[in-house]
Amino acid sequence: MRILDTLNFSQTTLRAYPARTALILLAMAIGVASVIILTSLGEGARNYVTGQFRSLGTHLLFILPGRSETTGGLPPLLGTSPRDLTIDDAIALKQSPAIRHVAPLLLGNAPVSHASREREVTVLGSSNEMQVIMTLEVIMGKFLPAENPRIGSPVCVLGDKLYHELFGNRNPIGEWVRIGSYRYRVIGVLGDKERAFGFDNSDAVIIPVASAQTMFNKTSLFRILVKASSADALDRAKEDVLRIIRQRHEGEDDVTVIRQDALIGTFDEILKILTWVVAGIAAISLIVAGILIMNVMLVSVSQRRAEIGLLKALGASTREVLQLFLSEALILSLAGGVIGLGIGFVGAQALQVWLPDFPVQVPLWSIIAALLVTLITGLAFGLIPARQAARLDPVIALAGK
Amino acid sequence: MIKLRDICRNFQVGDETVHALDQVTLDIAAGDYISVMGPSGSGKSTLLNMLGLLDMPNSGSYLFENKELTKLSEEKRARFRREKIGFIFQSFHLVPRLTAAGNLELPLMLTGMLPAKRRVLVQEALASVGLEDRAHHLPKQLSGGQQQRVAIARAMIMKPPLLLADEPTGNLDTHSGDEIIKTLEVLNQTGITLIVVTHDLELGQRAGRTIQMVDGKVVHDES
Repeated sequence: MRILDTLNFSQTTLRAYPARTALILLAMAIGVASVIILTSLGEGARNYVTGQFRSLGTHLLFILPGRSETTGGLPPLLGTSPRDLTIDDAIALKQSPAIRHVAPLLLGNAPVSHASREREVTVLGSSNEMQVIMTLEVIMGKFLPAENPRIGSPVCVLGDKLYHELFGNRNPIGEWVRIGSYRYRVIGVLGDKERAFGFDNSDAVIIPVASAQTMFNKTSLFRILVKASSADALDRAKEDVLRIIRQRHEGEDDVTVIRQDALIGTFDEILKILTWVVAGIAAISLIVAGILIMNVMLVSVSQRRAEIGLLKALGASTREVLQLFLSEALILSLAGGVIGLGIGFVGAQALQVWLPDFPVQVPLWSIIAALLVTLITGLAFGLIPARQAARLDPVIALAGK
Repeated sequence: MIKLRDICRNFQVGDETVHALDQVTLDIAAGDYISVMGPSGSGKSTLLNMLGLLDMPNSGSYLFENKELTKLSEEKRARFRREKIGFIFQSFHLVPRLTAAGNLELPLMLTGMLPAKRRVLVQEALASVGLEDRAHHLPKQLSGGQQQRVAIARAMIMKPPLLLADEPTGNLDTHSGDEIIKTLEVLNQTGITLIVVTHDLELGQRAGRTIQMVDGKVVHDES
């Protein structure tokens, strides 16, 4: 039997039972569409996060207190604990010619109030150079002054959302706000798209790092952000950071320095795995659809016993009957897959409209994988009923028993 | 043309062995018109299935044009059926979703014949049973007699030398039954071997040779 005839015969069968066919197509289409939509979300998240990092430039270093070490064994007689990162550490890093900008960073939470309005937000303590390092846009006023980071002036820069919550559309420059129990003068407002590392700067307030240390009663820093003088100088900048900190910390290597590109790579890898995981979860629905195909086709085989017997009487071999039933499963799974792709693309487009800032993107591999899984599922689950049909005894089948 | 020697076909029903065919020996010549008669359970349908290679004997020999068929693989049996044997059933066995022409195309499709050639043969076959104007009708749009004529055209479209009919008039009124039998007899007169299984005494006696079966044995064979 020619392949075209086999497919044609199968499609007449599928058209003869429209409700059954539609049900299977729907199940397959939902499975494929969910794979496409979920992977496009995962891919979007990956692009979004890596894009956020890349938007800062590619030659950043993040310095964290403490160091990854293997623990265990006998405890030391004299306890050693990593030294904190300090403002002086940050200032010392500027000795290196490979380092162009340094921004100390301290985080905390505090209520910010103005007049009768109050909002609990994240407080970032940093310096003037944070603006360059994190490419922050100031839409009103100016950023923190270029002063000695040890000096904590009572000034602040509001995130866009915080500004609107406290001031509505009024000009806040020169106004006083209360952060915790301290008063600060507003000198600037950040743009409305200011997000970095998934952190929403628009609902935050930035104050000088020394002020933040006073507010949170801390002498240490959360991070130091460093921008190398160029991408080529990144390795040298990292070596200098380690050397300078070692000198300042009495020969101890007690900081961890992470390169931005390594961080991007890690996030990229994690989110890729996450995308595969969600695709895998969505693919379970394809397996459910496959089971539905098997179920419906088993019923179909039992309803079409006389027809199978007739085909055998007319000279169809076991292999040809198997091919006929498998081609039905194949057509169903492929057609379901194509419909699912269509629904998936429409869903992804709808998501893009709904989340305009989120780069929803259907990855090519997910299209191929979804169609491949659909095909394999259809064939695998179609095989059992097809074999049952092919192995029917023609005498019993013709009797319709 | 056909030589059956000591054909046995047993079925196991619970603890009991049923001898559907018991040492059946028959010689059938090309162009014979044979009716197989007997009470229910006598083995006449089993004999027809055996002759049509739908069933295989437990023992014995089946020679068709001097070729031993009991040793053939399933694939070769299917091909032999396709080329040499035509079947007509009591309940017509037309595929309900296919038109008359579509039903006729089925055996040709199994040979891998191209659609253009199939269409020509289908038209000829339909014309031979007087149904050329019913080509695009579904079985449910045809009368019982017309359905059986489509089934005859389908059985003959491969021009097989052997035609097996199992109660071909069983589901038809007298008039339609007569027409069908006449059609089959015309085919027999062209040299096709015709074997008809029937309960109908009158129909059975029209054949040139009558075989009576009881309990899986041929008890009477009269020309």
